[in-house]
Amino acid sequence: MGRYVARRLLQMIPVFLGTTLLIFLMVHSLPGDPVLAMFGDKGADPATLAAKRHELGLDRSLPVQYVTYMRDMILHLDFGTQIRNGLPVTDVLGGAFPITLQLAALAFAIELVFGIGLGIIGGLRAGRLADNLILIFTLLIISIPVFVLGYIIKMVFAFNLGWIAPNVSTEPVLSEMIAPAIVLGGLSLAYVARLTRTSMAENLRADYMRTAVAKGLPRRRVIGVHLMRNSMIPVVTFLGTDIGALMGGAVVTEAIFNIHGVGGVIADSISRREGATLVGLVTILVIVYLVTSLLIDLLYAVLDPRIRYA
Amino acid sequence: MPDVTKTATAVEDAVATPSVDASAPAAKQEKARSLWGDAWADLRRNPYFIVSSILIALLLLVSAWPTLFTSASPTAGDLVHHFLSKPELSKVGSPEWLGYDQQGRSVYARLIHGTRASVTVGVAVTAIVTILGGVLGMIAGYFGGWVDALLSRLTDVFFGIPFLLGSMVVLQAFVERTVWVVVFALAFLGWTQITRVMRGAVITVKQADYVHAAKALGAGTVRILFRHILPNAMAPVIVVATIALGGYISAEATLSFLGLGLAAPTVSWGVDISAGVAQIRVAPHVLLWPSIMLSLTVLAFIMLGEAVRNALDPKLR
Amino acid sequence: MSITDKTAAVPAPRGGDHTGPLLEVKDLHVEFHTRDGVAKAVNGVNYSVNAGETLAVLGESGSGKSVTAQAVMGILDMPPGKIPQGEILFRGEDMLKMSEEERRKIRGRKIAMIFQDALSSLNPVLNVGYQLGEMFRVHHGMSKKDAKVKAIELMDKVKIPAAKARVNDYPHQFSGGMRQRIMIAMALALEPDLIIADEPTTALDVTVQAQVMDLLAELQQEYNMGLILITHDLGVVADVADKIAVMYAGRIVEQAPVHELYKRPAHPYTRGLLDSIPRLDQKGQELYAIKGLPPNLLKVPTGCAFNPRCPKADDICRTEIPALVPVTEQDGADLPGRKSACHFWKETIHG
Repeated sequence: MGRYVARRLLQMIPVFLGTTLLIFLMVHSLPGDPVLAMFGDKGADPATLAAKRHELGLDRSLPVQYVTYMRDMILHLDFGTQIRNGLPVTDVLGGAFPITLQLAALAFAIELVFGIGLGIIGGLRAGRLADNLILIFTLLIISIPVFVLGYIIKMVFAFNLGWIAPNVSTEPVLSEMIAPAIVLGGLSLAYVARLTRTSMAENLRADYMRTAVAKGLPRRRVIGVHLMRNSMIPVVTFLGTDIGALMGGAVVTEAIFNIHGVGGVIADSISRREGATLVGLVTILVIVYLVTSLLIDLLYAVLDPRIRYA
Repeated sequence: MPDVTKTATAVEDAVATPSVDASAPAAKQEKARSLWGDAWADLRRNPYFIVSSILIALLLLVSAWPTLFTSASPTAGDLVHHFLSKPELSKVGSPEWLGYDQQGRSVYARLIHGTRASVTVGVAVTAIVTILGGVLGMIAGYFGGWVDALLSRLTDVFFGIPFLLGSMVVLQAFVERTVWVVVFALAFLGWTQITRVMRGAVITVKQADYVHAAKALGAGTVRILFRHILPNAMAPVIVVATIALGGYISAEATLSFLGLGLAAPTVSWGVDISAGVAQIRVAPHVLLWPSIMLSLTVLAFIMLGEAVRNALDPKLR
Repeated sequence: MSITDKTAAVPAPRGGDHTGPLLEVKDLHVEFHTRDGVAKAVNGVNYSVNAGETLAVLGESGSGKSVTAQAVMGILDMPPGKIPQGEILFRGEDMLKMSEEERRKIRGRKIAMIFQDALSSLNPVLNVGYQLGEMFRVHHGMSKKDAKVKAIELMDKVKIPAAKARVNDYPHQFSGGMRQRIMIAMALALEPDLIIADEPTTALDVTVQAQVMDLLAELQQEYNMGLILITHDLGVVADVADKIAVMYAGRIVEQAPVHELYKRPAHPYTRGLLDSIPRLDQKGQELYAIKGLPPNLLKVPTGCAFNPRCPKADDICRTEIPALVPVTEQDGADLPGRKSACHFWKETIHG
């Protein structure tokens, strides 16, 4: 086990470096000059521009910039500064992450409870009315693009019914976040429901289920212990990989409900070519992704004793 | 060691490599059906398959010959037609059927002419990622060793960048965002999914006895790959690709909505939806119809993928 | 995981006040409603088992032998399965008329079952100690700790080496033979009156087969249990069974005490089965095989279902279903326990 974790951690290093380098190169190949843009229409004399570039380290070659950036990040947790206003990127992200985390956590909770709940109902009633209704519901949710779903919910609940405010306030309370969380978690909820349903329906026919019945176990034990223990394995895997995806996917939801979280920062830094901010943000998301996938693999071994780590 | 592909996505997980159900006592003994033959017999009776096939055929027809469905121009607006005037739902197929947008253009005509952009993006991205991801996945899965390690890490690198965020950055690099630019942006990060699915499927199939048998009989690598492995590893790839096609269409519209995808004067549902958002309260129909078309298209491809999966996986029957 | 079911922990005294056979299946019919039509898997089966007695049910796959057992056990998938008629009497009481809860209490405690493939029949994600102990926890309301002690005792009983060390292992960590012993231990846990063993040794190596069969026979004697042994392997049957029922296309075609059957089969199908056993003294000769394929249960042939494959088939075989009638000696003397469903049983047994 220890050796396995060590090897996985080692494997993470090239992936981590590769991903950050990739996004770094992508951002730096964007056309336009962020320093020039900083001075707006007035412009500035070449000497000032050069000085500014030198100050930001933008006059050095790309590999040097990347190495410097990564060194500062790893050694000093310094993600650089924003070109536009000189704010440290850590401050910008620190201001934006909490609200996105809240949103993602709430979305995750909704997806967990309702996704698994619907999946269990569908799985146990496979082929019957409830199952078909759930199938149609989940297919619809999967088919409706997130931003369309967002506007439908906004239109119905904010404009027609007046239950919620169309935009989330700057210091949002939990109740305000419910609608955005449903929008954000909707797609994953549908996937969790489908996955749970499929997994249960498949395991229901397993030989060990027949054994459990033959042992004279009561139905709730047959389902609750024997079936669930086996059916939840793929679901847990999906849920794990979804944590990172929710945070990355928040950009659309945040735009719809005017939430000032990571999404806003992303959109902003893409249009202003704030390389340091973007790379820093992706770095955090990549770390979340790498760590969750390692944890999922380890959890997998706990849930399924047939998996052995060498 | 657990396989990375196992922890990919729900779609991938739910696709099991089909196995042949040997214990069906009531199976027709008169003629043995192959996996694909069996799947086809199953599909033909599946209402989801029939509905989605008809929808997709219709969409392809509309995108190939939009003028068959409307004579009105999608771009020529006439402010005589105010966007607040009521849509005339009884006049099916006429320019005024679904009302007009803010610039007095027929919503119906734009709907019809916007089909091509969405369908092109979906089909082209899927074709590119299936070929690219399929080849890479096959190489990684079949050869294993350092080739696999290298390709898998490369896949991990591209997979690590959030899909939407990455596409946004790529699109930002282009001044003029044509359909093909959007295709490139989506395919740039999209190939990883197929690569993982294909790799997993090939690894499973590679261990099958008939592959060992073919090797023992002296079949060459190319022959084994294309005659023995590919046909048996295709099923999960086809399913994932079909479902992903719907996802790409949805992603194209989402990027337009974020202001980074297709933009006017290109006619597309995404463009219309993002334009319609501004008038959501006064003229919801401008937003509504392209949203419905978009969702219906995505639904058609997802339903098709689901139907094919159920048909190919005897365990789910 | 604290769902413990307290059920009445007072088992009825062994034997009870019922005097007849332990289990009696009467005119049982089972059909499956499938996409392609109704498959008649069992068409009027009768058999009985006494305490301490072993009944072997013989037949190829699709003959209905497993389906009958599943109906007795109450683990048929319904739907698509359906029991349109018949009775299954356990100690004289028809189990088909019982409530689901009453039947559940019989399962595992009074009638237990051993399945063919122990690897897939044991839950892969629960350790064997848990799965064995579950019997005691659910049926006797025992604590988790006591149940584990009992599980170790059981594993000792079925001769699993180092039971104490292995009680927390998972099914996939055991060898095939050891896994089947765990299945047997699980069936034996509550000392049931009747055990149904569905091809218990088919998935095992030949050497291990004998060990497992011996163990089963030994334990059966010890507890004086009834045993229904379902198999397609005539070799397994000879040593352990008291009587045999041969099934074909959902019917019993021949019934006989075990040695009688081997000596003088009274049905061409049984004869065919016996002739297709490889024998050392016939080395070098071509092995006999019953021609044709098992019948399609959606379209069972008219008359005797065996007629398309039968070397003795005549016109009557294609029109009339032969009844299961008592078989007698040539002089008409009684042959107790012998029955055959062949129009030409006389020629078959005496000819």
